[in-house]
Amino acid sequence: MSEMTRKPLVEVKDLKKYFDINVGMFKTLPLKAVDGVSFDIYRGETVGLVGESGCGKTTVGRTLLHLYTPTSGQIIYDGKEIKTSADIHEFRKKATMVFQDPYSSLNPRMTVSDIIAEPLDIHKMYSSPEERRQKVLELMEHVGLNSEHASRYAHEFSGGQRQRIGIARSLAVNPEFIVCDEPVSALDVSIQAQVINMFGELQDKLGLTYLFIAHDLLVVRHISSRIAVMYLGKMVELTSAAEIYERPLHPYSKALMSAVPMPDPKIARESHRIPLSGDIPSPLHAPSGCPFRTRCAYACERCAMEVPEFREIEKDHFVACHRVEEIN
Amino acid sequence: MALLEINDLRTSFFTDAGEVKAVNGISFQLDHGKVLGIVGESGSGKSVTAYSIMQILASTGKIVGGSIKLDGQELVNAGEKTMRKVRGNKVSIIFQDPMTSLNPTHTIGHQIMESILLHTGRNKKQAYERAVEMLRLVNINEPEKRMKQYPHELSGGMRQRVVIAMALACEPDILIADEPTTALDVTIQAQILDLMSSLQKELGMAIIMITHDLGVVAQMCDEVIVMYAGSICEQGTADEIFYNPRHEYTKGLMRSIPTAGTFGQRLSPIAGTPIDLLNLPAGCPFAPRCDAAMKICIKQKADRMILNDCHYAACWLNVKDKIESGELSPAKEDSNE
Repeated sequence: MSEMTRKPLVEVKDLKKYFDINVGMFKTLPLKAVDGVSFDIYRGETVGLVGESGCGKTTVGRTLLHLYTPTSGQIIYDGKEIKTSADIHEFRKKATMVFQDPYSSLNPRMTVSDIIAEPLDIHKMYSSPEERRQKVLELMEHVGLNSEHASRYAHEFSGGQRQRIGIARSLAVNPEFIVCDEPVSALDVSIQAQVINMFGELQDKLGLTYLFIAHDLLVVRHISSRIAVMYLGKMVELTSAAEIYERPLHPYSKALMSAVPMPDPKIARESHRIPLSGDIPSPLHAPSGCPFRTRCAYACERCAMEVPEFREIEKDHFVACHRVEEIN
Repeated sequence: MALLEINDLRTSFFTDAGEVKAVNGISFQLDHGKVLGIVGESGSGKSVTAYSIMQILASTGKIVGGSIKLDGQELVNAGEKTMRKVRGNKVSIIFQDPMTSLNPTHTIGHQIMESILLHTGRNKKQAYERAVEMLRLVNINEPEKRMKQYPHELSGGMRQRVVIAMALACEPDILIADEPTTALDVTIQAQILDLMSSLQKELGMAIIMITHDLGVVAQMCDEVIVMYAGSICEQGTADEIFYNPRHEYTKGLMRSIPTAGTFGQRLSPIAGTPIDLLNLPAGCPFAPRCDAAMKICIKQKADRMILNDCHYAACWLNVKDKIESGELSPAKEDSNE
């Protein structure tokens, strides 16, 4: 992916998504699920998005595809801002989504062939029933499903096969960009490896660009060229996958990376974990200034006053921390 | 004498579709103060093994054979009265989702005190003190305040700490942890695993750690059992299992996980899907997915073979030369091959 052109395919600028939460009979509070996130995704690359539950990574993925209407901010796809409903309709032919749970994301009353062809029906992307059938069979072949099973229902398949159905469906409109939201988390290790490989093969074959959201850091490291780390609605670090593992700069990324249990007893015995005390604060009552300051060993007065800017510390290495130069 | 001795344990579930042999003849031992990891994928029987030890199987499940000896005492068919004395007292279990093991309608304090009052001779005041002490032990701040709170008022990590405090309140000899950190975030997982390690050293109990996460196993366990389709494939020290796997399934599992060496490359997944427990094959349950399967693997299940004093595997490939040379013909009906 080194030869990628430096023109971004997806540009996200200061994206915000707030949900109103009822906290009393007539009172609501904004839950700042995503609070000012900016990043670019280049054609042909895989950007991994990691963070703990409640950090807003799924909301970023969904808002990016306009499945949630953004509270503010811009989403620019291939140089064009996505704004009107006509834009969104066109956009959905180019950008699709694979969901986490292969059990709840497939309609149990539809056959596999209807599930896969539904996006084609919506976008009227075939001229005859025969063409529709052909396309479905082709898609099933792409994801390694037996095309004889097209008339079966989702419950007749195992978890790994269901995830393949979900992927085939997301590929139906010939997209360029796919948001994968925890696509392998529900699968067993041996099946997970099959699906991870398939993502790689499809990318090579179809030239796809992925935003890969997951909490399993080893899986993300494996599949991504760049990785973004989120904490409490904000992006704290974004850089190449190798860099974030070998030399994370943000204190939260450091703690997160050191907490990954490595499947190797010798490394596990020698590793030094950076302990994080306490729990992630509620996004309803996020701390002032830097969201991580309440758990950060380096927090100072300034961290409580000012929100740290998400800035390029080194080439292609973005960090949001006031003291990043001092502490590294 | 080992603390826990399991011999040829068989547990089945009797469903409308037939008998599901969830645990199909497993044997292992656990010594005082050791951490034993049981790894396997869903349906491998790792949780059912734990539930069999505690005898908390669903109504369709039944231990159909074998023995479970705790400190020399036989637990299979020992009766509910005996089991009540064992559960929570000698052997405790913690589950994946802390919310399922906590009662939402009672305070934390009430729930921790319950088992103390039941199993020890302490009175209410002493039990209260013990409960507070346990909460402090699992690093919960303001334990007196937490005693009065309900489970929904705590975060996920805190709930799992409460569950651990409950499980350890009567100082069990064995703590069974069934995927204790799977529902938690990685930094919270690290906190809980560190806590379990330090408590284990402090209190000297044995832990059976059931997980699908090889990272957790590598970090926590002295010894590892790898299960597939209700059988033990391989058992050994963590180093032996990770650096010298001798069963094809273990090897496949190790190749399936992304590690520092595989970044940027394709993984080597195990082909196929797990087998149907309703129709177990006669031979090795892994044979249908095994690239190296031989004729014998399909016909006959391999016995537990001793590779060295801390490593066992049930795989015919370990005696491949002997089978090929005819020195070993494992089954009588196989002699005409």
